[in-house]
Amino acid sequence: MLHFSRSKIISIIAISIIAILLALPNLFSDQKISKFPSFIPSQKVNLGLDLQGGSHLLLEVDTASIKIEKIEDLTFDIRRMLKKDGVKYSNLKIVEDSINFRISDTSLVNSLVSDIKDLSQSISQNALSAQNKSNLEIQTNNNLINVSLTEDYLKQIAISAVNQSIEIVRRRIDELGTREPTIQKQGISRILIQLPGLDDPERIKSLLGQTAKLTFKLVDQRSSYDPNNPTKAPVGSEILPSDSNSEFKYIVKKKVMVGGENLVDAQPGFDPQTNEPVVNFRFDRIGAKKFGKVTKANIGKPFAIILDNKVVSAPVIRDAILGGSGQISGGFSAEEAADLAVLLRAGALPAPLIILEERSVGPDLGADSIFAGKIAALIGFIAVIIFMVLIYRSFGFFADIALILNLVMVLGILSLLQATLTLPGIAGIILTIGMAVDANVLIFERIKEELRNGSSVINSIDSGYKRALSTILDANITTLIAASILFFMGSGPVKGFSVTLAIGIFTSVFTAFTVTRLMVAIYVSRVKPKELRL
Amino acid sequence: MSIFSFATNTKIKFLALRKPAFILSTILIISSVLIYSFNGLNFGIDFRGGTLIEIETSETENLSTLRKSLNSLDLGDVQVQEFGSPKNILIRVEQQAGGDKSQQNVVNIVKTELNSSLNSEVNFRRTEVVGPKVSSELIKAGIIAIVVAVFAMLIYIWFRFEWQFSLGAVIALIHDVLLTLGIFSLLQLEFNLSIIAAILTIVGYSMNDTVVVYDRVRENLRKHRKKEILDLLNISINETLSRTIMTSVTTLLALSSLYIFGGSVIKGFTFAMIWGVLVGTYSSIFIAAPLLNYLKVKRDWTTTSAVESTQK
Repeated sequence: MLHFSRSKIISIIAISIIAILLALPNLFSDQKISKFPSFIPSQKVNLGLDLQGGSHLLLEVDTASIKIEKIEDLTFDIRRMLKKDGVKYSNLKIVEDSINFRISDTSLVNSLVSDIKDLSQSISQNALSAQNKSNLEIQTNNNLINVSLTEDYLKQIAISAVNQSIEIVRRRIDELGTREPTIQKQGISRILIQLPGLDDPERIKSLLGQTAKLTFKLVDQRSSYDPNNPTKAPVGSEILPSDSNSEFKYIVKKKVMVGGENLVDAQPGFDPQTNEPVVNFRFDRIGAKKFGKVTKANIGKPFAIILDNKVVSAPVIRDAILGGSGQISGGFSAEEAADLAVLLRAGALPAPLIILEERSVGPDLGADSIFAGKIAALIGFIAVIIFMVLIYRSFGFFADIALILNLVMVLGILSLLQATLTLPGIAGIILTIGMAVDANVLIFERIKEELRNGSSVINSIDSGYKRALSTILDANITTLIAASILFFMGSGPVKGFSVTLAIGIFTSVFTAFTVTRLMVAIYVSRVKPKELRL
Repeated sequence: MSIFSFATNTKIKFLALRKPAFILSTILIISSVLIYSFNGLNFGIDFRGGTLIEIETSETENLSTLRKSLNSLDLGDVQVQEFGSPKNILIRVEQQAGGDKSQQNVVNIVKTELNSSLNSEVNFRRTEVVGPKVSSELIKAGIIAIVVAVFAMLIYIWFRFEWQFSLGAVIALIHDVLLTLGIFSLLQLEFNLSIIAAILTIVGYSMNDTVVVYDRVRENLRKHRKKEILDLLNISINETLSRTIMTSVTTLLALSSLYIFGGSVIKGFTFAMIWGVLVGTYSSIFIAAPLLNYLKVKRDWTTTSAVESTQK
């Protein structure tokens, strides 16, 4: 165990130098690194949000609401179809995700079923699915018909809603110019957003909290809102609250005249006359045509601009607007107008987002944590180094060199893998300082025993290394098992801890069997000690 | 020999203490369980859901006044405590009824109240909001992680040694985990995600210690076929004693430095680790090793030792 071939010595030295080079950038500022020669790596350890400050948001796409929306659409379609076909029906209602109704003429059941199947075709086209399979499940029992959406179809719309949501979330965040945001899908219906450097995510949260579904609908002038009868609206119309004053309600026609999907641009601006903040928008060709047609036909009538089922404003149409651009005013502040423009440009979310978890750390706390971590690491390090030399003398010194290299390697590997260093991660490194000497301690204690049993120095060292090996492996594999379970089960910062712990285990075993052993071998061959003072 | 060299050539009769140690540990485990069933754990928002806000104020503020004003906000129970220094305040608001959607307003309400009722400049250092869905998942994941870890150790030791060793090691491990839960329940220290990480590391560390002792026991079982098992266990513990102490001391040196200088956020985690190292070291010597005596460890290692000796 004390003989090293030339190639082994060279590779040990090479690995050590590579580790030092990999860790080196962490000691310098980005500015200085840019002046380095190109052979020196420039990647630094990636600091977690808890160290550099920033926000972590976990969102869930409310796919249940899409399901409800789809079933309501389907109910609407079926009702219209039944009316068109002149079929008499009763008890049409939604029961637990499916639509139930009775028809009086049982002989019509079969033809109705095939008609509803035709409906399903049109639904699948809307959802852009290439499946030929029906999206509807239809069950009949005498004159009772039960229609529901298939599991597959629901799953598919949920998946596409989540993907679409991620896209829109990304657009909205990009619009705000946040530095290096990370937006990724997590699980089936969740979105994880990490925003480094942003410690107050209020604005982003309010931006993400709105679906931003914009519609233009005509105000129903046949009746006015009656506070004593708050649910009564004429057929084909609905009651919507005002955005600025929740006491005030509008009665608008259900039919969507133009929708936000036809917008191509939206910019905040000011009304030249009132100097009030407004949002200027522009439609695409189809939208402009629809908008022109509606405004032309309804001059003098109020036109409701509706955002997320709230009426932003309902200006009276003065002229036909044919150019395809318009203006939304609604008593906004300048920031509100700017945010609304962002939302309209980025597009509507297919479903509301629910914030499940938020963790924000200010830059001060992050910097304090790094500082405290460095001090703790330094003092722990010095204490362990002194202790080792006190106990093992020159061998302790060898172990200390290995310990230093060990730390350098952990930093180097973290930089290389671009793994994220978190506060628990720093704790993991400090813990590694304490535990890294274990391999060497096991070996030295073994050597001591061999010496006591009367073996020569060389033989003691040799068998000390040999015998300690299996113990060291067994002992470290247990810690490694714990670390990997943490890695797979843990989240965020805790994951960072498991990564540094695992890297520390590898490097400590590696350095004990290469670096320390090489130094011991050189010492023994140069000094040729007759006895060891361990 | 160096003057600092210690615990070498010791002949301490550890196994003579096995009965007092078992009694002590049984008492400690029962008290842990009892304390837990009375006190429960002081779950942090990771597991209980709710809102946590850490602020730094420019002036020293009166905590009880602040507590009163925050508790009048109709947000349910609001805890206010000093965190590390008098100007650092930790505010915890319990989870609001009404599911994930209802948690978000808390931060705004508390922030508005703080800005209006405190005289000093307020620096918001940390804000965490955990909804009911995530907190229940985190609890589940934490419990599963610890159970899986203990089980993985059971399998690994069984694989590398014999079932008696694996059972002994796992009993020692469960002992360590229960005592850690007990001390957290007794002192009502905040139990959060990082404590789960600490417990898993304790599991790894305690196992590491036990494996070193067991490794020596196995070696001695091959060497001394006729020796009394109690003597053999004593020899094994004594032979590995200096290593056990050395590694515990270096680990404790590093951890104490982290506890003293590492900042308030990481204190609970470090406390758990320090406790775990102490308990884990104790259990390796006084629980795991003596258990081999009761579990009737196999004495005839002739077949395997023949293979091993040709390898050496």
